[in-house]
Formats: sequence, C-alpha cells, structure tokens
Amino acid sequence: METVLRSATRDVVIGPGQPFCVIGERINPTGRRIFQEQLRAGDLSRIEIDVAQQIEGGAMVLDVNMGAPLADEAELMVAAVKLIQSRTDLPLCLDSSIVEVLEAGLASYQGKALVNSVTAEDERLDAILPLVARYGAAVIGLPNDEEEIPADPRRRLELAAKIIDTATGKYHIPISDILIDPLAMPIGADTEVVLRTLETLDLLRSEYGVNTTLGASNVSFGMPDRTAIVAAFLPMASAAGLTSAIMDARSPDLVRAVRACDLLLNRDEWGGRWIAAHRAAQARQTGA
Amino acid sequence: MTNDELLRQLYDLTLVGNGPAVLELTTTGLTAGLGPETLLYEALIPALEEVGARFERGDFFVPEMLIAGKAMAGALDVLRPLLAETGAESIGTVVMGTVKGDVHDIGKNLVNIMFEGAGFKVIDLGVQVPPERFVEAIVEHRPDIVGFSAFLTTTMPMFKANINALNKAGLRDQVAVMVGGAPVTQEYADVVGADGYASDASAAVVRAKELIAARRAAVSA
Repeated sequence: METVLRSATRDVVIGPGQPFCVIGERINPTGRRIFQEQLRAGDLSRIEIDVAQQIEGGAMVLDVNMGAPLADEAELMVAAVKLIQSRTDLPLCLDSSIVEVLEAGLASYQGKALVNSVTAEDERLDAILPLVARYGAAVIGLPNDEEEIPADPRRRLELAAKIIDTATGKYHIPISDILIDPLAMPIGADTEVVLRTLETLDLLRSEYGVNTTLGASNVSFGMPDRTAIVAAFLPMASAAGLTSAIMDARSPDLVRAVRACDLLLNRDEWGGRWIAAHRAAQARQTGA
Repeated sequence: MTNDELLRQLYDLTLVGNGPAVLELTTTGLTAGLGPETLLYEALIPALEEVGARFERGDFFVPEMLIAGKAMAGALDVLRPLLAETGAESIGTVVMGTVKGDVHDIGKNLVNIMFEGAGFKVIDLGVQVPPERFVEAIVEHRPDIVGFSAFLTTTMPMFKANINALNKAGLRDQVAVMVGGAPVTQEYADVVGADGYASDASAAVVRAKELIAARRAAVSA
C-alpha cells in the first residue's frame, strides 16, 4: 500500500517498497523555552533554521507543531505553513491536538498534507476525519481511546481497526491515506515497551498492510546516549514493517541508519541511493 | 553489624534500587531495635534525596530513579503502620491524577513513584479524572497537595477547570495545587493559578516539600 503526500510541486510516497520516509520532528516548541518565547512574540525566524537543517539532514516530510502554551496556536500554524511552503517543496505533517488548529493549517496548506493525528475516541474521530476527507489529506491514527493507551498489541490492533473502519466506512477516506502509529513509549519507564511496539507493527502489517509512523525519539526519553538507542530502534521497527518515522532528521546517525535499512531490506536496488549518498558526501567534503 | 553500618547499607541499597535487599534490611533493622523513624529519616529518605540530586545533575537516569523509588516504597509498606503508631508527623499526602480528556500516565506514574519514595502518601486517581472526582478525593483524603497532569495542549485547560471546581467547593485554600506534563510551563502554571510546577518527577518532590513547609509554617505562625 502506498500513501502519497504532496506539496504544491512535489510528491513523496510512503510504502513498504519505498525508501523509509523521514519526517523531521524539529519544528515543535515542546521543551524549547526560547523557541516558545519567540513564537509567543510572533517571531518565526527559528523555523527557517529548523527547516534548513532538517532538509540538509535528509528530511522528506516536515512535521509542524505550534503548540506553545499561551500563544494563538491556530494563527501560528497558518503563518508557519505559509512560511515553510515558501522555503521548501517538502510536504508537511500538520501536528496539533486542537481541531481548529488542524483546520486552519489544512486551509492554508497547498497540496496534500498529513494530519497528526486522530485517536480512536469517538469525539475525535468525528471532529478530525471530516476535515481529512474535505481537504483530501492523509491522517495518522493513534490506537488509544477514552479509557487508556493500551499496552496489549492486540488491543492496539482493535483500536487501529476502529480508526480504519470509521475513516473508510463513514468518511470515505481511502485506507492508503491512513497511517497507524503503533505507539512508541519510553524504554526507560518499562523495558518491555519496544517489544510491544514491534509486535503491533507486525500485526498491522499482516492484518491491514497499512503504512505506519511513530515518534521515534520517545523511545529513548530519560536515558543516556539517546541517539544510539534510536539508531538501534529504527532498524528493528523498519524490519517489523514501519514505513516512516517522525524523528530527528538532523542526526546523521539516525538518517544513515534508516538509509542502511533501505539497502538491507531490499528497498534500494543495487544500493544505488546508498552509493550516491556516499558520493555526494565525498563531493561536499572535497568541495569544502 | 552495628546500627550505623546497617543504616549505611540500607542507604546504599536504596540508592541502587535493590528492592528485595532493602525490604530485608528494613526488617532486620526493626528486629535489631531501630525505630521506623530512624530507618526512614536516616537511611531511606536521604537515599531518595541523593537519587533526586543525581537525576537533576544528569548522573542518574529514569530507570534508576524508578527502581530506587520502588525499593523505598516497598520498605514504606512495612514502616507506615509502625509510623502511624508512633504518631510521627506525616511528610504529606498527595492526590494525583491525569486530567479529564487525557489518558497519558507515564509521567504521572513517575511522579507518584518519586513522591512515594520521598515518604508521601499518594492517592492516585488514574487517568481521565473529572473535576468532581478531584473534589471528592480532596474531601475524603484531606491531602496537602493535589497534582494535575496533562500531556496535551487540548487538555491543559482542565487545570483551570479543576481549580475553578476547587474554588466552587470551597477547598482551594485547603490544598496546594501542583501541575505538570510535557507541554506545561511555569508561565502556564502561573496563569491558571497553580501553586507549583516542576519539569520532572524529582523536582516535583522538592517543590511539594517547599509548598508543604510554607503552609505548615503559615499555620503555626
């Protein structure tokens, strides 16, 4: 199954036979105090740096989250979408838990965006999926409901099924426009969580064949040497069926890890892209 | 083993989070005639304070904080009934919950473990806790602190709704309100009228102790 995201001029395809889709996580003020203050003051200059660094690192889609407390998130989302689309032709992933912010972002976006995200809660499904349908966007589904974030992979699969059934049945969204998040939790809080994520990925692949994404940095929260942990996690998840991740696209260790996965999992015929990337890096060094 | 050696060893074992050994040594200490308050204040609590300090410095990591907290909580299960008999002043009671609309609980659970580790009594109301449930729990348990956790920008406004509910129930003055969660900031905590905010579980305990000390000083003055 293939999911196509678009900007005004560029398509990016997510799918099991495609290069692993690197969604840059950086345009997000959570935990970034200075960035939060800048956004509250209407200063978007930091976004331009984040955009450039993530493109340089190998991002294929950019996540945009404007959730700075005490700021007008909808207004910021519109301004950010316009600014980013004037600087890059990468498709965007519009990230908010506020429906109005998603709607404002979708209305100002040129192309086919990825909406981040909808849960399996009835109220959220009926608020967000109509927007996804109306704007012809794609959407990330999180398998949690009103009660809990389930630990059991089978329960996650049931909630994923609810999202898929509601989106396709009630709102006529093609299943290829749904990415399911198998839920990546901090390994530091419980060392079983990644096994559950991998099992969920495996179930999603065998039961639905849908595309998948997750927040890769969550896994290493609270641990030292975070990059090494994520760099080990992404290949495992990729082998279990993960087709994209919201991740730190500025990190050469992480981006190289997923590009090596493409090669190792037969998504890079004759290693053409791997070798080309090596040559490009060599040329940059020689040129510098 | 002298009493000093025993306390030192209990401190060391709590610091590294060896639950079974901490439990065993606590029992040994009690049998040897050490009082529950001595074990608590001269070994267990100092060990957890050191865990917090190391975490703040970046020398300790989340799993180490978790196992130390759990080791301490295991010892407290044995000590708490004895402490109640001696009539020792409790360190404090905390009512904690993730706000209505929000099912995220990893952060809240970490904070609970550190509170329990510091000797607090924790009443965990779970996730999706509506304002009226917080009100009921405050009436029932008379806590020193009520903690609201939120992980989403959409659920953070429940802090204000909860505080309004406490005001309406006439309980606002009886309890210190603490808030936290990934998107929460000190500014946000100030705007909604919370008494305390902390950015991690260890700092939450420090802040709670400050709030309780301030309240008890105000009462006795």
